Amino acid sequence: MAEIVLENVTKRFGDEVALDNVSLTIPDGSFVVLLGPTGAGKTTTLRMISGLDEPDSGDVFIDGHSILGQTPAQRNVAMVFQQYSLYPHLTVRQNLEFPLKSPLLQTPQAEINEKVKAVSEVLQIAHKLDNKATALSGGEMQRVSIGRALVRSPNIYLMDEPLSSLDAKLRADLRIELKRIQANSGQTLLYVTHDQIEAMTMATHIGVLDNGKLVQFGSPREVYENPVSIYSASRLGQPRINILPADLFEGDCPKHAKSIGLRPEQINQGKGEDAYVTRVEHLGDQTRLHLKFKEHDLITVTDAHTPLQYGEVVKIQPKEPFFFDEDGARIV
Amino acid sequence: MSFSVTEPSHGQKWFAGILVVGYALITLLPLLWIVATGFKSGPDSIAYPPKIAFEPTVEGYVNLFTTQTRLSNEAKAEPVDDLPWYEQLVRERGNTIVGTSRYSERFFNSIIIGFGSTFFAIVLGTAAAYAFSRFKVPLKDDLLFFILSTRMMPPIAVAIPIFLMFRNLGLSDTHAGMILLYTAVNLSLSVWLINGFIDEIPIEYEEAALIDGYTRFQAFYKVVLPQAATGIASTAIFCLIFAWNEYAFAVLLTSGTAQTAPPFIPTIIGVGGQDWPAVAAGATIFLVPVMVFTILLRKHLLRGITFGAVRK
Ligand SMILES: Nc1ncnc2c1ncn2[C@@H]1O[C@H](COP(=O)(O)OP(=O)(O)OP(=O)(O)O)[C@@H](O)[C@H]1O
Ligand SMILES: [Mg+2]
Repeated sequence: MAEIVLENVTKRFGDEVALDNVSLTIPDGSFVVLLGPTGAGKTTTLRMISGLDEPDSGDVFIDGHSILGQTPAQRNVAMVFQQYSLYPHLTVRQNLEFPLKSPLLQTPQAEINEKVKAVSEVLQIAHKLDNKATALSGGEMQRVSIGRALVRSPNIYLMDEPLSSLDAKLRADLRIELKRIQANSGQTLLYVTHDQIEAMTMATHIGVLDNGKLVQFGSPREVYENPVSIYSASRLGQPRINILPADLFEGDCPKHAKSIGLRPEQINQGKGEDAYVTRVEHLGDQTRLHLKFKEHDLITVTDAHTPLQYGEVVKIQPKEPFFFDEDGARIV
Repeated sequence: MSFSVTEPSHGQKWFAGILVVGYALITLLPLLWIVATGFKSGPDSIAYPPKIAFEPTVEGYVNLFTTQTRLSNEAKAEPVDDLPWYEQLVRERGNTIVGTSRYSERFFNSIIIGFGSTFFAIVLGTAAAYAFSRFKVPLKDDLLFFILSTRMMPPIAVAIPIFLMFRNLGLSDTHAGMILLYTAVNLSLSVWLINGFIDEIPIEYEEAALIDGYTRFQAFYKVVLPQAATGIASTAIFCLIFAWNEYAFAVLLTSGTAQTAPPFIPTIIGVGGQDWPAVAAGATIFLVPVMVFTILLRKHLLRGITFGAVRK
């Protein structure tokens, strides 16, 4: 439970700039999600906080104290690795006990047993406690790896795509559990994911990383409804936001605008100009409509039981769209 | 019968079995010969054609551990009762035991020097290998190559400088000197082998342990070492076998206090007759420690490489 601050943190690997002057405040008790495509610097950010790597310049603070030069143990952080990293020579139980038995915590055995039991039940791995860590499925390993963090009460939990290998149901279960645990305990959590639902439902704050730069930081709604750039807007939303030439539609368009950004809910259907249906995807709860509009493809959502078919005409019109300039920065 | 890609077929198993048995026969026969000779009587041991069936005796072993002298005729005539069985045995050949031989001393020298140098080669080798594998060591590749290059010539090529060095440093014929020498020779092997094993262990495990509240040394001890155990055990066996069997330096640098068994065993053959059973007995006993050591570490050797719980 603590506030974490990154101040102008830069990290290079050879010529590669993994983090470029990143400043980020993770408020005490918040659930911060980092978004960004592969190679954006998400894992590197976690490693800066955990102490596995040191920044080339900049500073990192826990509750106002710089932690540069401190060992990972001194920083008292828990981390769920992207690659699980379970100790292969130990059983699941021993893996979960490992952090509790460290010289840092030295927990009494009774308390260890209690915590291991509680965590393994939440993660639905209680029946595998005596398995060798190598005798598990990928999803089970991932849950043990989460468990190894959850048995502790560190300054901050760092989780690197912790639910990526789970099936849809388990992922939904654990998403809710993790959020519940974090909310109840008031722990600070920094979480990396590519999953939009996880980001929207769990986060109190979302940070968008682009090529080592933090380009936007705010609440999920803020990032979704008020993206600062095309890049930021593309991180959230299923189907993705449509980016089209700014002057494609009738009506006025701001000066210097290069592109218009339309999320499905920013496309009015039934009014405006003609678009042709090129494809209809029934997903069950919704239907995705692929449209051809003046030689441009776009995707929107329509009624789940739509009678629309290939080749038919739909009238569309932008509604409170985003406009972006030449560099992809948001204008309106 | 089910078909499996990984499970060998019946025929393949037989073929592999025959190969293994054939190889075992070739390597085991000389060994059996030595062991058998140790239990033969003197005449049986040099009989031609060799005797496959013979009356076993421990004469060779008694000769190995004792020094004897011929009994005078008067002494022979003297009737004696209550002689221990080994004295009776030598008396049948007209000898009497006058003391113990130096074999057990030499054997213990071998134990101290062999296991001592193996211990140091493994401890130092593991430390160096870990550093090479995990830390940014300047000129790492050159250093590793240099370490390997000490093995590129036969060790005996440097015998004369080492002989002179040892003499000047007062290390000739000392246990410390021999341990130092064998450690130095084995170190290149142990650094390279163990470095390979540690390189195979993903660094993520140590990172996880660091996060879990352990120091680097504890992470090494609790996480790396157990996983490298297989490799370290096999390296230890190689080191021990080298130090145990080494003959040339032992002849050159030891003569008394620190003499190991290999240079001593040929001298058992005696001045008068050729006591092959005693030599064979010495060789047989000499085999035992390496065998026991290997069998003790067998579990680690067979366990093979653990596949890690790291997502690739
Ligand atoms: N140890 C390293 N050595 C060299 N380059 C590295 C190292 N670690 C990261 N990088 C580089 O830094 C950049 C950021 O890497 P990082 O692992 O933080 O990405 P990420 O956002 O976690 O991506 P992913 O979603 O694929 O996990 C990448 O370009 C990567 O190649
Ligand atoms: Mg990553």
